[in-house]
Amino acid sequence: MSDITAKNIITQGLWSKNQALVALLGLCPLLAVSSTAINGLGLGIATMATLIITNSIVALIRNWIRTEIRIPMFVIIIACVVTAIELLMSAHFHDLYLILGIFVPLIVTNCAIIGRAEAFASKNKLIHSALDGLMMGLGFMLVLVTLGIVREIIGYGTVFGNADLMLGEWASVLTITIFDDYNGLLFAILPPGAFMGLAVLIAIKNKIDRVQEARTKVLDGVPVSLEIKNI
Amino acid sequence: MIKIVSQKNVFTAGWLLALSALVGTSLMVIVNGHSKPYIAENERQVLLRSLNSVISPDTYTNNILNDVLTVQDKELLGSKEPILVYRARQDTKPIAAALTVIAPNGYNGNIYLLVGIDFSGHITGVRVVKHRETPGLGDAIESKRSNWIESFSKKSLTNPGDAGWKVKRDGGEFDQFTGATITPRAVVGAVHKALIYFKKNRKLIFTIPNVISTNNK
Repeated sequence: MSDITAKNIITQGLWSKNQALVALLGLCPLLAVSSTAINGLGLGIATMATLIITNSIVALIRNWIRTEIRIPMFVIIIACVVTAIELLMSAHFHDLYLILGIFVPLIVTNCAIIGRAEAFASKNKLIHSALDGLMMGLGFMLVLVTLGIVREIIGYGTVFGNADLMLGEWASVLTITIFDDYNGLLFAILPPGAFMGLAVLIAIKNKIDRVQEARTKVLDGVPVSLEIKNI
Repeated sequence: MIKIVSQKNVFTAGWLLALSALVGTSLMVIVNGHSKPYIAENERQVLLRSLNSVISPDTYTNNILNDVLTVQDKELLGSKEPILVYRARQDTKPIAAALTVIAPNGYNGNIYLLVGIDFSGHITGVRVVKHRETPGLGDAIESKRSNWIESFSKKSLTNPGDAGWKVKRDGGEFDQFTGATITPRAVVGAVHKALIYFKKNRKLIFTIPNVISTNNK
């Protein structure tokens, strides 16, 4: 296992162990909600907040959790945190809740959260676990937003449509119409479009990784044939 | 690493787990107790806002949230459960009613509507309260996504007549959406039925006393 440094945590969360592209965790909410960029952003923010909190709690009590019962303990913690967030949001930020609220219960089904509790937070210090939550959440959010942008362009011909619903009136300037008079492609919005979109994103990431790997090897003086690598 | 778990360990683990469940549940009870009144008040405000978007607040003087009755009509109101009707009055004069009807034949289940009808039987406004129609296609029934829902304003049973209360594809007056006909068809049908129900029961709607006096629901 690689060393636990802030830099490692950041690169793992955003790239090398990205929960959506590499671990392929949390696909259920990811595929369901990424139909537009703004929806993706909403779920992304909610997931990130939950991940930071649950990671911190698990790290705090990691020495008292017995290994035999750790999974049910994580489930209790996550369910409680998500429920509390939903209730408090509905009570004190009701307008925000009306927009983000539909995403919050979806977070319980995100196995990336229990995955991080098990793989990272239960073994590491509080500060590192919180940072891990932030970065894993951010990496997940970036994939959601990217997938949302791709699906929205193909599906509706716009980017950041309805941004004002989530961010307030000023955000309507964010909405960019790429194709005027575009009838939309339903395929991109429906679930199959999500699978295809995610597959393309994963393929692009793998390609970048391979080119990168080949380049470092060449720099190290080890000749690598790209053709062979890319079979 | 395999550890042999003794019986004592299993019991400790069990108790620990039970304790955590208890702590978690207690926390939830506290959070729920704390948020409940706020949530109820927020929902009341949201309800008042949507009522005011179907019946203009300048036209009535009563506390519309507390002037409620429940009515039941499976055929015309879309549900075998009783539904709520909010009544707007100026002093004692009946002004309008807002019916919380259901369009049961949406593309993806029920579409919950709020239909405002004035005393003379003209639509004052319609809003979609809750639905699960296809995002990007059927959700144009929401007022924040398109102004389609405004096309009901000032309509009545005579304008258009029975034949006009359909989407254009079925020979009626109301637009359908590109790629989504079922959703607007369901909404148009439900609004039409609400008007029929209102015409039949108008007297009753404004004379029956409150069933709910001070209820947050």
